[in-house]
Amino acid sequence: MVVVLTAICLIASALLAVVYNVTAEPIAKAEVAKVNAAISAVVPEFDNVPSEEVFEIEDGAKVSKVYPAKKGGEIVGYAVEVKSGGFGGPIQIMVGFTPDGIIYNTSIVAASNETPGLGAKILDDNIPIRVQMKNLNPATTPLVVKNDGGSIDAITASTITSRGFLKGVEAAYGVFLKIQAK
Amino acid sequence: MGKLKLITDGIIKNNPTFVLVLGMCPTLGTTTSAINGLGMGVATMFVLILSNMVISAVAKVIPDKVRIPSYIVIIAAFVTILQLLLQAYVPSLYETLGLFIPLIVVNCIVLGRAEAFANKNGVVDSALDGIGVGLGFTIALTVIGAVREILGSGSVFGLKFMEGDGMLAFVLAPGAFLVLGYLMVLFKKLTNKEA
Amino acid sequence: MEYFIIIISAVFVNNVVLSQFLGICPFLGVSKKVSTAAGMSAAVTFVMALATLVTYLLQKYVLDAFGIGFMQTVAFILVIAALVQMVEIILKKISPSLYQALGIFLPLITTNCVVLGVAIQVVTKEFDFINNVGALNPAMMNLGQSVVFAIANAIGYSLAMVLFAGIREQLDLNNVPKAFRGVPIALITAGIMAMAFMGFSGLV
Repeated sequence: MVVVLTAICLIASALLAVVYNVTAEPIAKAEVAKVNAAISAVVPEFDNVPSEEVFEIEDGAKVSKVYPAKKGGEIVGYAVEVKSGGFGGPIQIMVGFTPDGIIYNTSIVAASNETPGLGAKILDDNIPIRVQMKNLNPATTPLVVKNDGGSIDAITASTITSRGFLKGVEAAYGVFLKIQAK
Repeated sequence: MGKLKLITDGIIKNNPTFVLVLGMCPTLGTTTSAINGLGMGVATMFVLILSNMVISAVAKVIPDKVRIPSYIVIIAAFVTILQLLLQAYVPSLYETLGLFIPLIVVNCIVLGRAEAFANKNGVVDSALDGIGVGLGFTIALTVIGAVREILGSGSVFGLKFMEGDGMLAFVLAPGAFLVLGYLMVLFKKLTNKEA
Repeated sequence: MEYFIIIISAVFVNNVVLSQFLGICPFLGVSKKVSTAAGMSAAVTFVMALATLVTYLLQKYVLDAFGIGFMQTVAFILVIAALVQMVEIILKKISPSLYQALGIFLPLITTNCVVLGVAIQVVTKEFDFINNVGALNPAMMNLGQSVVFAIANAIGYSLAMVLFAGIREQLDLNNVPKAFRGVPIALITAGIMAMAFMGFSGLV
């Protein structure tokens, strides 16, 4: 009886190892495609491959990724990938900046723990909080929701997600300032 | 027993959700919209058909004492295969269903069918049973998802038919319990004329 | 303080049963009497704390170390099944009275998704995401936090279970419309309880 159970476990593991090896490449590709889609949504038109020129910015133990977008060798924008805390878990955000420090656009890479119908609306490109980010200069407009005395519209009934999103954008701006200082 | 009956039984007479009340966790947890319910239903059906087929094929070689652990390993292997395939080819669905994909392993429907049907019947019949029960589960989940989406977000399959938000409570946790409870009453009324 | 937040969040805000929908089958199945509900809850608490401890170590020192993370589901469910069997045997030898009380619930726990669900959450869920703004590297739980998280979830499970059983005992005495009898009215009751628990959201 032990033999049968061991045999089943061995066959199952072998099968899984095969499937794992077959799917490893498509999984990696899907990840890259997701990041690339987010990059092209948040920076002006470019002709290089930003995901190949990625570099990391470290702030203590915190690591964020920066994808430079170039056209004809000139930098046209930086896509900064950061994480922030939402309501039910982390939200992964891509924030695009033009070289003069203005937000070009934002994109949500992952926010799977947000409540559908509430916090998950952050995924919608046309939600006011995301639209207001476009062409915003974080140096002059504080990234604070109206409830907290700022000027940004929070998502209805999802203040925590909205705050988390803005904190993430702010952290991305901090990363951008570091690139500029270099 | 007619082959067709094997399938229809799983949808109506032995509907896993409304009649047998099995696999409640994914039923409640993933049906925030019709499309999510459909996705979870199809994912479970995939595991159910394959595990039913394999278990019916190997049932005779497995000693009775290690029956349950063996079935669990077989089911877990198929669940992991599904997990990897979804991650590779449908990453968005993989993210929405999240934790509930590995939890298909402990979905009582899958182990229940293995115990109650697959280990006593042939491969073809077991596959048909898997299709029937899987379809019953998928239909139930899609209906629950659709009702919750209509009431909670004012849309069906992502198509918005009204302005603004719906009654958000239906997308949130309480709505899952309430919608399932009332749908069960409705199902009882429709299938059993005495009630 | 950190542990306090984990406990409040797991027991009230993200209650396993009422907001995460884990362990619903026993929640509906063995909640007809307060005494059986309490027995089941105790058994779940015991197994969950133990299983989380073992699976956490397994993930860290075996699966991650050898790069075979894809075996997670298979390995975890096997460990849980073996553990439940072991607990049953040990309990029978050491404390027959405790075995008498919990024994009949133990075999049911293997397929109780709350145990596997929490074990997987412990090793995959990012913790402390609120204070980890800006960093891409995930903040995972350490061993102490994991065990506290598991026990807190078990307490949340027990709380929901016992409260629900109390309500159902009363419900039996009422004249419920025929079509609603049994599971449907239980589900609707659970829905109202979930609504009450939603009041805790935003607490942490």
